[in-house]
Amino acid sequence: MQEVLKKNPTEKRILAPRESRKTIGNITVPKPRMVCRNVNVHYGDKQAIRNVSIDIGRNEVLAMIGPSGCGKSTFLRCLNRMNDTIDSCHVTGEILFDGRNIYDASVDVVPLRAQIGMVFQKPNPFPKSIYENIAWAPRIHGIVESKSDADEIVETSLQKAGLWEEVKERLDQPGTSLSGGQQQRLCIARAIAVSPEVILMDEPCSALDPIATAKIEDLIEELRTQYTIAIVTHSMQQASRVSQRTAFFHLGDLIEVGTTETIFTKPSHQLTEDYITGRYG
Amino acid sequence: MSPFLLFLLLLVLSVAGFFIGRYKALDLARKAGGASRLHSRPVYYGVLTALWCCLPAFFLFLLWLGFEQSIVSSLVIADLPAELRSLPPERFNVLVNDIQSLANGNIVSGKVTRQMRAAAAHYVRLQDIGTMITSVFVLVAASAGMVLVHRRIKPELRARNQVEMVVMGVLVVCSTIAIFTTIGIVLSILYEAVRFFQQVPVTDFLFGLEWSPQMAIREDQVGSSGAFGAVPVFAGTILISAIAMLVAAPVGLMSAIFLSEYASKQLRAVAKPLLEVLAGIPTVVYGFFAALVVAPMIRASGAQIGIDVSSESALAAGLVMGVMIIPFVSSLSDDVINAVPQSLRDGAYSVGATRSETIKHVLVPAALPGIVGGLLLAVSRAIGETMIVVMAAGLSANLTANPFQAVTTVTVQIVTLLVGDQEFDSPKTLAAFALGLVLFVGTLFLNVIALTVVRKYREKYE
Repeated sequence: MQEVLKKNPTEKRILAPRESRKTIGNITVPKPRMVCRNVNVHYGDKQAIRNVSIDIGRNEVLAMIGPSGCGKSTFLRCLNRMNDTIDSCHVTGEILFDGRNIYDASVDVVPLRAQIGMVFQKPNPFPKSIYENIAWAPRIHGIVESKSDADEIVETSLQKAGLWEEVKERLDQPGTSLSGGQQQRLCIARAIAVSPEVILMDEPCSALDPIATAKIEDLIEELRTQYTIAIVTHSMQQASRVSQRTAFFHLGDLIEVGTTETIFTKPSHQLTEDYITGRYG
Repeated sequence: MSPFLLFLLLLVLSVAGFFIGRYKALDLARKAGGASRLHSRPVYYGVLTALWCCLPAFFLFLLWLGFEQSIVSSLVIADLPAELRSLPPERFNVLVNDIQSLANGNIVSGKVTRQMRAAAAHYVRLQDIGTMITSVFVLVAASAGMVLVHRRIKPELRARNQVEMVVMGVLVVCSTIAIFTTIGIVLSILYEAVRFFQQVPVTDFLFGLEWSPQMAIREDQVGSSGAFGAVPVFAGTILISAIAMLVAAPVGLMSAIFLSEYASKQLRAVAKPLLEVLAGIPTVVYGFFAALVVAPMIRASGAQIGIDVSSESALAAGLVMGVMIIPFVSSLSDDVINAVPQSLRDGAYSVGATRSETIKHVLVPAALPGIVGGLLLAVSRAIGETMIVVMAAGLSANLTANPFQAVTTVTVQIVTLLVGDQEFDSPKTLAAFALGLVLFVGTLFLNVIALTVVRKYREKYE
């Protein structure tokens, strides 16, 4: 390693093969929904995630925090194989979902993604009506056959997402005509409509104002009773408000995992403490 | 002084003006304590000086070029002997034309008389004097402009704003050129078409079922009386364009989907330019490909299954034309599908949609306005295409929906009507303009429809 540094002093940050740091805290939970072991992610030659192991429990909200570029979004996208759409991305290790490795060759990624839904940083409703935004996915999966089934699933999904009262009069209008916060709740309703077991959220409130953010946070709290939720966030307050467990990532390593209370009151690792107190990042 | 030399001088003066103006601005800046004391950057003072130097002078020059001939001619005519001036008007016009030709060293219509020679010499002399005076005026205007601006250069002078106004003027002129050209084209077609419709009733032309424009132009000539029913010609255009679009739309769209969604980056980088090569092949080459390869092939295979195919068929022309316009559809559609944000793909994949469901229900609807634009471009190419049809579909105006027969199209008829020596008062020749007018109105109509469709289905996405 010393030699590498000497030869290429300017590229040491990219090339230096660094041992992954050991995760502090208890990564396991009883009866986990998802189990990740030794997950490594490479983009071409660059390693984005090093040896991350963590469990995600049932009916819990797991918050992932860390400075920009620490790999938390990349890790989240591994959980429903969204990284497959990026050519250069290569994932190793084991991610078990209900006891089955989702990277196994026998797993079909299409139904997998219906079981592990995702909400993105920027609201991305389809260029369709509000109704079609929600009814489309259940229809292609054959969950709904008749018009009345579709009506029902649209209504229940929108109600769960807390959007029904606001849009029930204008379901035929384009999804993009809604405000940012409404669009994001529409996207959550869209994810719920295919009855997933896990919902992944990638900074779902970063493009929203405080009022819309509060609504989404309330929604996450309610959804926890039925779904497993993993959320990436840049807001410490949000992580402490919505989650039960928190994972702190730093430069591709999972530094510390613990209950949200522990992480925010008695962090063990110096980096975690620096980050949550705002001294770093 | 020749116009070219004058032009060169003007250019040199302008460049000099630029440096003089900039030098003065820099000088002022130095005295005032830094370039920030000037209203504009020094280069704008230079450009302003150069513009004032060349623009007024240039317009003066254009003015002279525009009026030179009429001024000089009227001066020459005024000096002609009385017996020549009292000639009947048509002979007099010929005489004036001859004098001008003589002066410019061109061919003259009749015998050159001594008087004509003298008039031509006079003409040349006046022309020289005129050019000389203009040159002086132009150069004076250029220098005056330069001096005037140079004296006005002060730190407060808003040189940048003035230069930008001139630039905006240039932009406006450029953008109106296209509009005025279109108006000019429409007017010229309209003028000739109206002359045609004075001889052939509009209803006969639009609804007539027989197209046979050959007619006797002399009393003793044997020829048909001419029939100008345009329906078969337009039917041929529609038939061939429809066949072409039946080929190009699905093939182009599917290759676009393959290129943008399924092909790897490397394959796309190679395949897309290769597809676009199709658009670069001259249509004449497509034409003989259609006539020599495709048409006989269709005839042979038609004979095998017992269909009578003529050696020139709408099918052959349509198929080859369809291949020709594939790149218009595929390249544009590929671009717009690629431009659909990745977030929409992610959204579809994240609810467990397959790639084909994502393409059918999310990407294509989102890209629809662009795809319709590409298809429209392809249609207008198909309608306007001439060479392939001439070579592969024939010239006979059959009114048929049978793609195995020979048909003809509007553009082909326009070409055949106008090729060769024609007289411009015969309906046969003027019919070309009527065809052109209807074609123009038709494509305009098509454009309006497409724009409405696009606007209706355009969905806002970010």
